[in-house]
Amino acid sequence: MAKSTKTPVDRRGFLKGAAAGAAAIVAKGPAANAQEASGRRAAPLPSERLVAAETSPPPPRTDVYTTDRPGADFMLDVIKSLGFEYVAANPGSSFRGLHESIINYGGNKSPELLTCCHEESSVAMAHGYAKIEGKPMMVMAHGTVGLQHASMAIYNAYADRVPVYIVLGNIQDVTYRRNDVEWAHSVQDAAAMVREYTRWDDAPVSLGHFAESAIRAYKIAMTPPYGPVVIVADAVLQDEPVADADRRSLRIPRLALAAPPAGDSGAVAEAARMLVEAENPVILAGRVARTPNGLKLLVELAETLQAPVQDRPYHYRMNFPSRHPLYGGGSIEEADVIMALEVPDFWQATHAQTPINRMGMQSRPTTKSGAKLITISSLDLLAKSNYQDFGRYNDVNLALAADAEATLPSLIEACKRLLNTDRKRVLLDRGVKLAEAAKQAHQQALEQAAWAWDTSPITTARLSAELWNQIRNEDWSLVSDVLFMSSWPTRLWDFDKHYQYIGAQGAYGIGYGAPASVGAALANKKHGRLSVNIQCDGDLNYAPGVLWTAAHHRIPLLTVMHNNRAYHQERMYIQDMAARAERGIDRANIGTALTDPNISYAMLAKAYGVYGEGPIENPNDLGPAIRRAIEVVKRGEPALVDVVTQPR
Amino acid sequence: MKYFLMLMLASAAGAQSPAGNPESGKLLFDKDGCYECHGHAGQGGRPGPRIAATSLSIQTLRRYVRRPAGAMPAYTEKVLPDPELRDIYAYLKSLPAAKPSKDIPLLNQLRDQ
Repeated sequence: MAKSTKTPVDRRGFLKGAAAGAAAIVAKGPAANAQEASGRRAAPLPSERLVAAETSPPPPRTDVYTTDRPGADFMLDVIKSLGFEYVAANPGSSFRGLHESIINYGGNKSPELLTCCHEESSVAMAHGYAKIEGKPMMVMAHGTVGLQHASMAIYNAYADRVPVYIVLGNIQDVTYRRNDVEWAHSVQDAAAMVREYTRWDDAPVSLGHFAESAIRAYKIAMTPPYGPVVIVADAVLQDEPVADADRRSLRIPRLALAAPPAGDSGAVAEAARMLVEAENPVILAGRVARTPNGLKLLVELAETLQAPVQDRPYHYRMNFPSRHPLYGGGSIEEADVIMALEVPDFWQATHAQTPINRMGMQSRPTTKSGAKLITISSLDLLAKSNYQDFGRYNDVNLALAADAEATLPSLIEACKRLLNTDRKRVLLDRGVKLAEAAKQAHQQALEQAAWAWDTSPITTARLSAELWNQIRNEDWSLVSDVLFMSSWPTRLWDFDKHYQYIGAQGAYGIGYGAPASVGAALANKKHGRLSVNIQCDGDLNYAPGVLWTAAHHRIPLLTVMHNNRAYHQERMYIQDMAARAERGIDRANIGTALTDPNISYAMLAKAYGVYGEGPIENPNDLGPAIRRAIEVVKRGEPALVDVVTQPR
Repeated sequence: MKYFLMLMLASAAGAQSPAGNPESGKLLFDKDGCYECHGHAGQGGRPGPRIAATSLSIQTLRRYVRRPAGAMPAYTEKVLPDPELRDIYAYLKSLPAAKPSKDIPLLNQLRDQ
C-alpha cells in the first residue's frame, strides 16, 4: 500500500512543517532555493525563543467542564418568543441539551414539557391541541428513530392542514458522535423522511441560522393551508457554549404572521353572482372554519343566501351549527350551483363510482346537467406530488386559490350587494322549505335512534344519547371523531360552538384518536371545558401510554370507549372480498377481531393511573357510569368508561 | 343440465317457503357477517340501513341479496344458500319494532331542544 506523501494539516503537523522550513532556510536547503528562485525576499530568522515556542509540544489541553450559556439556552429564547405553551416529547439524547434548557433555564414554563410515551402520541397530541387552541404545540424528537415513530402522525396533521411545530435533535458533525448509539441516531438530512408531508423544514448550521429558520417555520406553519414544519436543532449547537462573538450579535427576528390569502375580487364577484342567481345552491364545507369566526361567517353566508350547508359524512371541522335549519339539507343531484369550501376531494362529492361489491371501475357525475361548480380552497396553493391526499381533479367552473375563511367576508358582502327585495323574498321561501326538511330529518334521526334501544351490545345511538344527557348542561367539547359512531353525536347533539368539535385524523391514520383527544383536552383545560372523547378500541391500542400522560399531567378528559372489539372497518372490507370471491363469508373475523381474550380497558386505564370503569354491557348501566366518571373529570383528572358497543 | 334445473327448482322452492327458523337465522346473521353493516339487531348504521322488522318480502330480499343495487356485497347461493337466507329473513321479521322516540325520555328531550 503506497504511503501518502502529504503532510497532515492539523495544528501539530503544521508547526512541525514550519520548523522544518526554518531549518531549511538556515541550511540553504531546497525550500530557501525555491523562495530565492521565485524572487521573494527571505524572512528574517526567528529568535531562539520563537523557535522553541513553535517546536515545543503544545501545552496540555485545558478542559472546560461547564458553561453558563449553552447554545440550547439561546434556542429556547427563540422558542419562547413564539409563545408555545407546551412541548411534547418522549425523551431523546439528541435533544438532551434543549430538554435541559427547557426545564432549568426556562423553568419548565412556556413551554412546559409533556412527558409522552411515544413520538406518535407527541405529534397527535399537538394535532388535537392545535385544533382547539388555534396555534401549534411544539414537539421534540430524535431526527431518526423518533421521527420514524412520529411520521404517521405528521402525515395525519399534514392532510388535516393542522400546524405542528417539530424540533428534531441530530448530531451533524461526525467528530461529535461518541458511540454507536449516536451514529445510529444521526442522519445527514433528518427531515427528508417527512418532507413530502410537511410544509417546510430546515437544518440550521449556526445559532443565528436557527433563530431565523425557527421564526420562519412558525410563520409558514400558520399561513393557510396550515401544516407541520420541522426544524433540526443540531446537538453540537445545543450543547456547546454560545461563542463570545455571538453573545453580542445574536438576535431573535420578529414574527409577523402572514395575512391568509383571500380570493381575487373579480372571482369573488363572479361566485356571488352565480350563488345569488342559483335556484338550488348547495355549500359543501370541508376544513372551512379555521377559527371561531369561520363558523360565524359560514352561518352568515348561508343565511344570506338561504342555502343549505353539508359536511357529512366526514365532518372535517366544526363549520356549522348542527341544529341550524340550513344544516345538512339540499341535494347534490338537484343543485344548480355547488360551492365547495376547503373540500379535499370535491370530485368524490359530485360523482358516483362502481362500488366495491362489483368488478371493474366506472364513474359518472351525480350532478345534473348544467350544474355549476365553484371551489374556494387553499389546497390549490399547496402542490406536492407523492402523497395523493389531494384527490381527483374536478371539472369546475370557477376556482379560487384562496383561504375560504379569509374569502368569506368579501363573498358575503358581494352577495348582499346583489340581493334586491324580490330576490330576498324568493330566498326566504327556499329557507322555509329547507328548515322544514331539517326538522323532518331530525325527527327521522330520533326514530332511527330508538331501534335496538335496549340491546346489548349497546347501540352507538344509545351511547350518544346517554352521553348527551350527562353533558348537555356543561360547557362541553367533543374531542373525537364521529364517523365510526354512524355520526350519531352530530345527528343528535346540539353543536353550535367552534370548540365543540375538532374533526378527524386527516389521513385516516389510526392511532390518532387517543392522543389527539388528550392534546385537545389540554387546550380546553384552562377554559374549564368538559372534554369528551368517544374512543375506538382499535385506535387506543396503538399507543395506550398516552393515558398515563393524561394522568401524569392532570389533564381532565372523559373517555367513553366505543369498544366493538374489532378493527371493524377492515372486517367489512374483508367481508366484501370474501363475497366477491364467493367463499368464507364467515371468516372475516380472522385478523380483525380484538377478542379471545377481550381487552379490559378499565383495567388498562387503571394501570396507567386513570379512573376506569366497565366493561358496561347493559345499556341501563351506562348513564350512571358516565355520571361517576364526569365527577372524576371535574376534579381535574382523566377518566375512562369502557362500553361494549355495536359495530357502528 | 338436469342438475342445473333441479338446483333452480330447489332454489325457487326455498326462496318461496314461508317459514324459516329465526333462532338459526340469528346465528347466521352474525356468523355470515350481516351484522357488520346492519348491527347485531338489524338496527342499521352508517354502512347499512335498518333491516330489523323488514317490510320487504322474502322474494324482494332475496333479489337484493343476490344482486344488490348499492354497495352491499352480493351473496350468491354458493355462500348463502336459500334455506339460510330464509332463516335470516325469519330472524329479521321476528325482531320487535322500535318504540316511538317520544316514549323514550332521552330521545324525547332531544326533540324539544
